[in-house]
Amino acid sequence: MMAAATIDDAATDRIMAILSNVPDPEIPAVSITDLGIVRAVRQNPPAVLITPTYTGCPATIAISSSIRIALDEAGFENVAVETVLSPPWTTDWITDGGRERLQAYGIAPPATGPVECPRCASHHTQEVSRFGSTPCKALWRCLDCHEPFDRFKCH
Amino acid sequence: MVSPLPTVPASEDAELHPSLFDYLLRLGDDSLILGQRLTEWCGIAPALETDLGIANIGLDLIGQADLFLNLAGRIEDEGRDGDRLAFHRDVLAFRNCLLVEQPNGDFAQTIARQFLFSTAQLGLFEALEHSAEPRIAEIVAKAVKEVRYHAEISADWVIRLGDGTEESHRRMVDGLDWFWRFVDEMFEMDHIERSLVERGIAVDRTRLRGRFDARVAEVLGEARIALPEYPRAVQGGRRGHHTEHLGHLLAVMQYVPRTYPDTKW
Repeated sequence: MMAAATIDDAATDRIMAILSNVPDPEIPAVSITDLGIVRAVRQNPPAVLITPTYTGCPATIAISSSIRIALDEAGFENVAVETVLSPPWTTDWITDGGRERLQAYGIAPPATGPVECPRCASHHTQEVSRFGSTPCKALWRCLDCHEPFDRFKCH
Repeated sequence: MVSPLPTVPASEDAELHPSLFDYLLRLGDDSLILGQRLTEWCGIAPALETDLGIANIGLDLIGQADLFLNLAGRIEDEGRDGDRLAFHRDVLAFRNCLLVEQPNGDFAQTIARQFLFSTAQLGLFEALEHSAEPRIAEIVAKAVKEVRYHAEISADWVIRLGDGTEESHRRMVDGLDWFWRFVDEMFEMDHIERSLVERGIAVDRTRLRGRFDARVAEVLGEARIALPEYPRAVQGGRRGHHTEHLGHLLAVMQYVPRTYPDTKW
């Protein structure tokens, strides 16, 4: 495909649809659009603008290469992938659908107020460690069903 | 209280580039070297939770270093990126403060260093969010959210160990005593930083000291630890005068990329 200086609305919609099928490498139950990692699709010059969740998250590199592959496979070789830092990513950008999928996957979504066990819905829960298996998650346990679970930290 | 910075757009000014480059090395090297130090705990920390916590803080710091050093490379404009600056610079060209290069010691000593560093870095980054250099402002706006965590977690551990058993208390006191001599350097100013403060790019570190001291006194009070006796301060890292420990750390960190310079993953 020849490099195009710009892309139209239809192409933009197609790109968004492609991105909504790119899973997060650490939490494959949710997509990168669910997590609010995709900031926008710019039309001129064409680029997907993404933002890292945590500064040192190693998944950032994996995410940008999976976007590159998905775009290339769909014929969008001319669309760049660019990282923007500002304004900084926040868990407020996780979509409602993303929150539901996190919950179903066994990860308590970020929320203020009592932390609900994703297995038995009890609010009788306790933080074990502020840091979990990835930078974005904390380790919690349920004091009713006694299962440990991950919680997506408010950030 | 930090007064608002003057808003003079400045980074296009080529005369400032050497100072700006040096300043970005200071910011990046502090994060890089401490991040590397913290990775030494990976797999051997006292408990799984502390292992994850320390490794995660190290990861955040290395992420900060990546952003600062890549920007430093762009300002320098001689074809060096963040990796090149991290892995192919010799010890005398590093600009980190001496605190971050010190060996980990026991867990309490590591916590003492983290508490002092993260508390100072938090004050610095909160002020730098208003930097007239937008590329610095956006890096710290991103990182400050993580640093808040680091400062909080390490303060919690200072209290837990200080207000714990006789042994944990003794070790916490020893850790803070050892690192106290490196605190002054984190608030040191020189002509390089002053020239950037005048343009609103950097912040006057001496103005951040009051809040730092107040926070340290508050946490140590809760930890039942008296403020350490003031020993003779040691300085020199910002000019490349390092302790012997940095060379050994770099030997480990740089070994693979230097032995196989153009290897890709």
